[in-house]
Amino acid sequence: MSKKNIIIYSLILVFGLSAPFLFPAYKLQISILWVLTILALTWDIQGGQMGYNSFGNILFFGVGMYVCSSVQIGMFFPLSEWTASGGEKTFLHTTSQYFQGFTYGLIFAGIVPAIVAALIGYGILGLRGHYFAICTLGIGIAAGEIAGGIELIGAGQGMTVPPWPKGIGGTELRSQFFYYLCFLTVCVTFFVIRLIYQTRFGLVINAIRDNEDKAEAMGIHTMRYKIIGWVVSAFFLGIAGGLMGNMIGYIEPTEIAFAGSTYGVFMVLMAILGGKGTLWGPVIGAAVFHVFKEGFWTFFLGWQYVALGALIIVIVIFFPEGILGWFREKYPENFGEVVDEVDRTAQVELT
Amino acid sequence: MGIILEVDQVYKHFGGVKANENVSLNVEEGSIVGLIGPNGSGKTTLFNSIVGTHPIDQGSIYFEGKEISSLPIPAVAKLGLLRTFQQTRIYEKLNCIQNMLVSSKPENDTVFNIFAKVPHNLTEKSENLLKFVGLYQKRNLRAGDLSFGQQKLLELAMALINEPKMLLLDEPTAGINPTLINGIIDRLIKVNKEFGITLLVIEHNMRVIMSLAQKIFCLAHGQLLAEGSPEQIKNDHRVIDAYLGVQ
Amino acid sequence: MDFLIFKAPILMVQASMDGILLGVLFALVAYGMALQWGVMNIINIAQGELVIMGGYIAYFMYTAGIPPAFGVIVSPIIMYFIGWSLYKTIINRVVERDMFISILATFGISILTQQLMNFVFGADVVVAQSNFGTTMLFDYSVTLPNAKIFSALVSIVFAVALVLYMKKSKLGRAIRATSQNQRAAKILGVDTEKVYAATFGINAALCGVAGSLIAITFTLHPYIGLPYTVRSFMIVIIAGLGNLPAVALSGIGLGVFEEFADYILGTEFRIAAVFLLLVVILVYRRFKLSRKREYLK
Ligand SMILES: Nc1ncnc2c1ncn2[C@@H]1O[C@H](COP(=O)(O)OP(=O)(O)OP(=O)(O)O)[C@@H](O)[C@H]1O
Ligand SMILES: [Mg+2]
Repeated sequence: MSKKNIIIYSLILVFGLSAPFLFPAYKLQISILWVLTILALTWDIQGGQMGYNSFGNILFFGVGMYVCSSVQIGMFFPLSEWTASGGEKTFLHTTSQYFQGFTYGLIFAGIVPAIVAALIGYGILGLRGHYFAICTLGIGIAAGEIAGGIELIGAGQGMTVPPWPKGIGGTELRSQFFYYLCFLTVCVTFFVIRLIYQTRFGLVINAIRDNEDKAEAMGIHTMRYKIIGWVVSAFFLGIAGGLMGNMIGYIEPTEIAFAGSTYGVFMVLMAILGGKGTLWGPVIGAAVFHVFKEGFWTFFLGWQYVALGALIIVIVIFFPEGILGWFREKYPENFGEVVDEVDRTAQVELT
Repeated sequence: MGIILEVDQVYKHFGGVKANENVSLNVEEGSIVGLIGPNGSGKTTLFNSIVGTHPIDQGSIYFEGKEISSLPIPAVAKLGLLRTFQQTRIYEKLNCIQNMLVSSKPENDTVFNIFAKVPHNLTEKSENLLKFVGLYQKRNLRAGDLSFGQQKLLELAMALINEPKMLLLDEPTAGINPTLINGIIDRLIKVNKEFGITLLVIEHNMRVIMSLAQKIFCLAHGQLLAEGSPEQIKNDHRVIDAYLGVQ
Repeated sequence: MDFLIFKAPILMVQASMDGILLGVLFALVAYGMALQWGVMNIINIAQGELVIMGGYIAYFMYTAGIPPAFGVIVSPIIMYFIGWSLYKTIINRVVERDMFISILATFGISILTQQLMNFVFGADVVVAQSNFGTTMLFDYSVTLPNAKIFSALVSIVFAVALVLYMKKSKLGRAIRATSQNQRAAKILGVDTEKVYAATFGINAALCGVAGSLIAITFTLHPYIGLPYTVRSFMIVIIAGLGNLPAVALSGIGLGVFEEFADYILGTEFRIAAVFLLLVVILVYRRFKLSRKREYLK
């Protein structure tokens, strides 16, 4: 790790750990920022690094959310009665039940979407380009519509998640608990992704982006890499979904869990805004987007979605390379790659 | 030495176009074999048929005695039968070294290998092979920034790091500066002699193919027109007629 | 789930008739998408929003006391200019770039227009009453609103008119030339910029026709555009670009599929069925092609 990196990482770590005390009023907002960062980072595995622009990764977020709370509830109480009655009024998780349920919930929230990704991956990831994009768009929306028809998980009404147990400190402790859990998750996600980008996997998915036919002709079973990449994305997205559902305290199919028109679009936008196909781009994009959104959202008074639509258009037209891409172009010494003039003009020599 | 590649009565039609029509040929292990023919005579199509880019209509293809015509593309490559492309294909946003690293052959794409670090000695090996094709100075450039001819050389190096048993080269000297052609001939002979790789080479440059190949096959209109030593081919009237456009 | 449709076969006739009449409409929208995709190589995610916008124009006339059926004439004219302006402001900047950029940009347009329509027309479901009456078939057991028959006929008229226009007019021929070979057309002096703008306008006008027909036969709502986009996309990938009879057939097939899905699965799963069908078709095509070692391009 270079000196510059150590400074950056320590600054982020210090900020992440102290933020709840420095900005107590924004604890929830910053927790959501960490979740958004996970969304952008995992989207970029496909969209940026592998060249498979998915509009359906929200599927895994939503599945994780529903799986997490279903496990949390179903471990101790009948799920159908809970959803039918607005369960937290009739059933009560003890403190140990709550944390036990939440732990298992998060584990399954990671595993189940990962399995889903592996199962559908073979079919879906055989599509390329815009066919892949539109197909995944269809999957994301279909998932929300289907979830909205299943009674067991509350259909269109949605379901509540187990409330924070009474008697161990109130909302203050709750928000801190979720804050640090989100921060931990984003850190783990970041470092896992950083690690795998440095392996053969990272090289191969870049190769798939640049020329998949060539990669196959060179003996690479590209499908394996594509599926594994999707499984990694799905795993972390699922956990993020489980966290998000619990943080909000209430789950609903099309606006929260399979929220294609918000989080589903945000993840694409954040990655592109920051600079897709880079490690830090999605992180920067998430931060900038979230600050912008929270800072100005209220000024738009109902015009938020008009602003969002306009923002998408402006970004893809004027900044398709994103913030990091812009810096790379502008300051290649610091951000980009500098190529020696001697190397550039060198002639081939065969003697 | 045995037969390493056997193409047996292969047919490949695209709609009405008979791109390969009853083509049979053998390549001996360790040899350099040429494949010539006028434009559109089906040479590239034959390469595609061999490595499985498209399924063939009829016939069979054996590599080291194993029928490969129904294998998926990566599986054929894994057996040690690689090809380069007439229109270069490289990973344009990766630099030359990365292009080399990703082309090296892992034992197998198991999850363990997929997430393994790229071994250190591989970088050195890549650099040596880039030196071999004269691209060492350009190793840190993005492959997409190379010229067409340089990309052809990079593609050759990428194939070599994969350590194939046999290489199908589609016009290796196309777009290459004439002053470098002797260098290429020399390298290809080294590849054959020192690395022990069997070569099947498509080439339009007669001087190159005559000085490289021990045996030459000539295609015309999708069919095998003639085969023989460079001397025989040079003096074969049918070949001369095909090139001059006489039926 | 009740499978009433299997107990009362007459419902099958009803569903089929509804499906056919609806499918013709889908085909019209899909034809616009195919045209624009073929010429400009852009997949317009906002296609559905253009349809709904066209519908609201007819609805606006209805609220102003004008018979909404006239929307069929007014709506395409207004929509042509909206499409043309969209091209001149946004689409022209993404047209010859990576397809993902145009998908995202039109996605942005889609989000933006949804919300604007929500401001102008409200979030309620609306219908424009045509007062065309209904036709009864088979002893009153199958009912067909005349508005639906009218809408199918109008769609056919517009589609045929467009095909003729493409064959006979100068602009139409320029558009077709561009769709066959953009670069050659450019070299031969076709003003591709003008062709693109016109194509996008014509596509929007077709959406306008379809929308105004939807306003009198079905319902309007600011947020139901995307399913129309997906339907057109599906029809185009089945029928291919620029094959009108195939587009019509696939459209009708899709319409019938939807009506049956509605009866069998229930209305709440209708949209899910549409989107799942999209996934199934794409994955089916992918497996079929991969046997030839090819992929959808
Ligand atoms: N994928 C394809 N679809 C349709 N036709 C094809 C396809 N590939 C090749 N052909 C046709 O098959 C014939 C043989 O083409 P091929 O590329 O094999 O020729 P070639 O011998 O390599 O020519 P050249 O020396 O110019 O490279 C040509 O007529 C070509 O148009
Ligand atoms: Mg060729």
